[in-house]
Amino acid sequence: MEALQTLSWSDTWYLAPELVLSGFAILLVILDLLLPKRINRNVIGWLTLVGLLVSATFVVLLMLSLGDGTDPADSTPEFYSLLGGSYRIDDFGNLLKLVFLGASFFIVFSSLGTVRDTDVPVKAELYYLVLPAALGAMVMSSSGDLITLFVGLELLSITTYILVATRKRNRLSSEAAFKYVVMGGVASAFILYGMSFLYGLTGGTNFAFIAQGLGSAIENFEALLYICFFLMIAGFAVKLALAPFHVWAADVYQGAPTPVTAFLAVVAKGAAFAMLYRIFMNSAFLTPADGSFLQKDVFIALSVLAAAAMIVGTVGALRQKNVKRLLALSGVANAGILLTPLAINLTEMHASLFSEFIYFLIAYSFMNIGAFSVLTILTRDSGNESISGFAGLYHRAPWTAVAMTILLCSLAGLPVTGGFMGKLLILFGTFQTHTYWLGAVILVTTVISYAVYFSFIRQMFMRSGTVDAKLKMSVPATITIWVCTIVTLVLGFMPVPLLEGIDHIFSIPADLLVIQG
Amino acid sequence: MLDNLPVLSLIAFTPLIGALIVLLLPGARSNWLRATAIIFTLIPLVLVLLLFAVYEPATGGGVYTEHSTWLTIPLNKEVLDMKLQGGVASFNLAFDYHLAVDGISMPLLLLTGIVSTMSVLASVHIRKRWKTYYVLFLLLLTGIYGVFLARDLILFFIFFEVTLIPMFFLIGIWGYYGREKAATRFLLYNGLGSAAMLISFLILIVTLGFSVSEGSNFLYSANYDVLLGNLSDPNALANIDTGNSRYFGFFLSDNARWGAFVLLLIAFGIKVPIFPFHTWMLRVHTEAPPAIVMIHSGILLKMGVYGLIRFAAFLFPEQLQSWTTVLAVLGVINILYGAILACVQREFKLVLAYSSISHMGIVLLGIASLEEVGLQGAIYQSVSHGLISALLFLIVGSIYERTNSTNLSDLGGLAKAVPFMSGILLIAGLASLGLPGLSGFVGEFLSFLGLFGSMKILTAIGVLGILFAAVYVLRSILSITYGPLPERFAEMKDARFIEALPMITLAALIVLLGVYPSILTDLMQNGFNGLLEQIQTRMGG
Repeated sequence: MEALQTLSWSDTWYLAPELVLSGFAILLVILDLLLPKRINRNVIGWLTLVGLLVSATFVVLLMLSLGDGTDPADSTPEFYSLLGGSYRIDDFGNLLKLVFLGASFFIVFSSLGTVRDTDVPVKAELYYLVLPAALGAMVMSSSGDLITLFVGLELLSITTYILVATRKRNRLSSEAAFKYVVMGGVASAFILYGMSFLYGLTGGTNFAFIAQGLGSAIENFEALLYICFFLMIAGFAVKLALAPFHVWAADVYQGAPTPVTAFLAVVAKGAAFAMLYRIFMNSAFLTPADGSFLQKDVFIALSVLAAAAMIVGTVGALRQKNVKRLLALSGVANAGILLTPLAINLTEMHASLFSEFIYFLIAYSFMNIGAFSVLTILTRDSGNESISGFAGLYHRAPWTAVAMTILLCSLAGLPVTGGFMGKLLILFGTFQTHTYWLGAVILVTTVISYAVYFSFIRQMFMRSGTVDAKLKMSVPATITIWVCTIVTLVLGFMPVPLLEGIDHIFSIPADLLVIQG
Repeated sequence: MLDNLPVLSLIAFTPLIGALIVLLLPGARSNWLRATAIIFTLIPLVLVLLLFAVYEPATGGGVYTEHSTWLTIPLNKEVLDMKLQGGVASFNLAFDYHLAVDGISMPLLLLTGIVSTMSVLASVHIRKRWKTYYVLFLLLLTGIYGVFLARDLILFFIFFEVTLIPMFFLIGIWGYYGREKAATRFLLYNGLGSAAMLISFLILIVTLGFSVSEGSNFLYSANYDVLLGNLSDPNALANIDTGNSRYFGFFLSDNARWGAFVLLLIAFGIKVPIFPFHTWMLRVHTEAPPAIVMIHSGILLKMGVYGLIRFAAFLFPEQLQSWTTVLAVLGVINILYGAILACVQREFKLVLAYSSISHMGIVLLGIASLEEVGLQGAIYQSVSHGLISALLFLIVGSIYERTNSTNLSDLGGLAKAVPFMSGILLIAGLASLGLPGLSGFVGEFLSFLGLFGSMKILTAIGVLGILFAAVYVLRSILSITYGPLPERFAEMKDARFIEALPMITLAALIVLLGVYPSILTDLMQNGFNGLLEQIQTRMGG
């Protein structure tokens, strides 16, 4: 292993998105302290948005500076590697960072003006803590080393523990935060323990190093590697809320303020997937092809987890009446679907796993943020988090009901929406690899989920609510809902430009695998 | 004159444009809304009629085919390139925008045009939320036309699913007392059917749809014609057994063929509906508003028939041929089960629902025959049943509006109060029981005739259904129209013009098809050639 590089000043350009976020986070903490009490803390919310936008701009600039590898004469590197390969700026990381930043942006934006001081006394914290959380997610998606990965994971986790607890006067919130800390801590311990085996058996923490070392490790210490991978899988399953490790999700989602719930459902989940791709694509895939039982078993375990998550999540959601708990379980099912492209592994024919994954992740982010924004407005209006709060929405706010219907159709995977296209691509992957059973599980659970999502539609269009007054909408939330709805439709009707773009810039050797250290 | 127009796209998408226009109109102006909806239902009807006028069975409507690439999704080719040591020019998954008509879809398009127009006229009985109603109605129409026109598996699937969502709302908002349950059940059953269909389609796309064209363009295609072409091409990868590994391989094994075939049978069997999958449709028949049942019973069930012929029969002739007996038995069960239960119902809508099951059984017999006569009979029976049940539910709607009941024991003596409507009801009933000279007879006759060649006993048992049909039809019509007129119906008014117009039109068409069947049979002349040829070559080889 080469000596640890030091960071030079010129490298800060590559880290600009992360530096901007941490800078803004520190500034906003101080600003919150110094600002007089009477000033509305929405200012901090707006500044948070500025920070996220500036960071996203840098990510885009970095993406543009990277080569796409299609032209051999083009000498622009396809990725930058910092600090001895422990931090990587590549298209995998950049795409995910954009998703995380975009999702965080819309979550904060839609909560401006809808979060009540009585509910969240420390509103400023709710806003500026999103920055370090997003930073953690970004570090995870950019890491080329187990340590960096773990640091990112902990940064994200610890920040979200606090975020969950921001409804200080609410017992559910405190309980949720406590459960989340305990479960999250246990999961981190499992992951770290698993990682320590990986380090012990290969002698390094860098992914490239691990990938090289695994070949001989597998011959001598197969049993230990089994323990290592299954410990990590268990830890990841908790973080991703995959069944049967999902039980915390419903409680935490319910207790957390709604914007934080959306953040957990989208950003925290996406970051955990980034971690999965980094580790599994760099370790399991590169072990001797077709030969190792370990490789097969790891991917079978992932497939089974995905199937279990879909089944348990969907069936569990059938009986839920509380919308946040319901969306938590629907998130469990969707995590199963998101896991599927990875679980069926990379093969000659099925090499598009990353575009399948990220396409559905983008669609999933928008439909979830849209749905959570509608929920935020409704709970602010009535304080009612149960599904009956949607009753008569059509009469109170017909256009919002229409937007919600489109978002729900996307969640249910009905055409022509982003959710449909995303699911179709993932399904196509399962059939390409002849993993018919997993495809069948996706489809059958999708049909069962109709009953879940259409129960909202029944409430909105076919029942009359207790209140007839027009629903008071906040402007940012309305804009968010419509942006999400329109993006959902565009993703359904025109998937090709985005997919072509991803296919163009993304290359497996440079972006997914960390071959060159 | 149609040559320069994308006429098929116009047929499919004018209702959608109509839906958008209705969306922009003020909701309080019910007349404007209705007029717009009627206009945008009429435009596709006119286009279909024009198409019908210039349609040449010999060329099979090929002139009007519209084919362009729709979604060409790039797949990552790096690993494939590495494996094959370079030279992979492109690697795509392509969904085409491919619309076409032929002898099978043409009659069903005519049926759709006619029944939808009658249904939009019958929507006068809708009393609330007109705007939403007409938007959904027009959306539904786009879905239905699309289903009958699409020739790309994914395009077909999308149109098929697009019909589900508006139907869910139309049943759930404007239906009767048990509407929400009926809507949910409709959605779940049909969703399961769609899931089965998508599994089958995806199996076909990753095997039959795969090809490597000149210049190393690797392509998965969902185009129906490509699949059909690869099916009969002995050099297609799907027909060469190289053993499928999990990672590589495109062989469509016998097991996979059977799996895909059975899944298609389930998918479309739910829609038809075939016996054990029929419970959802009973609820829809009784709970949905009559104008929507006209569409449902008149057209949507026929999407199942169409799918069975277009996909199950054309793509899997071999499998179908070895399962003709199964299909015929299922058909006979449908006929008898429906007919016998229809005899004991007290609710007129349920009588009609069970009679639909019975009549769709006859369609199955026609398909099971795998002979030109029988297959023509199946389509003919579909069209005829579509018209008859549309007419019957039109009358049901009008009666319910006046009496607030369709229970046989509540009704009676209506012949005195509403002679015109009772007369039309009698015509529809007689057509339904298969009286010669009306359309029902021709369809049943052709189907039974087709099957008689191969399965005499089953045909004979099936024909029993016609006897029961006479019993249940006459029983219910008699108890509605004959007998003393209850006091409370004395003031009843006969059909208004807006109600009478569709009734007369449908009745006239039923008579026309009854006395002049070649209108439709000529259309279908060459529709089944491809299928029958395939069966013959397989029999020969």
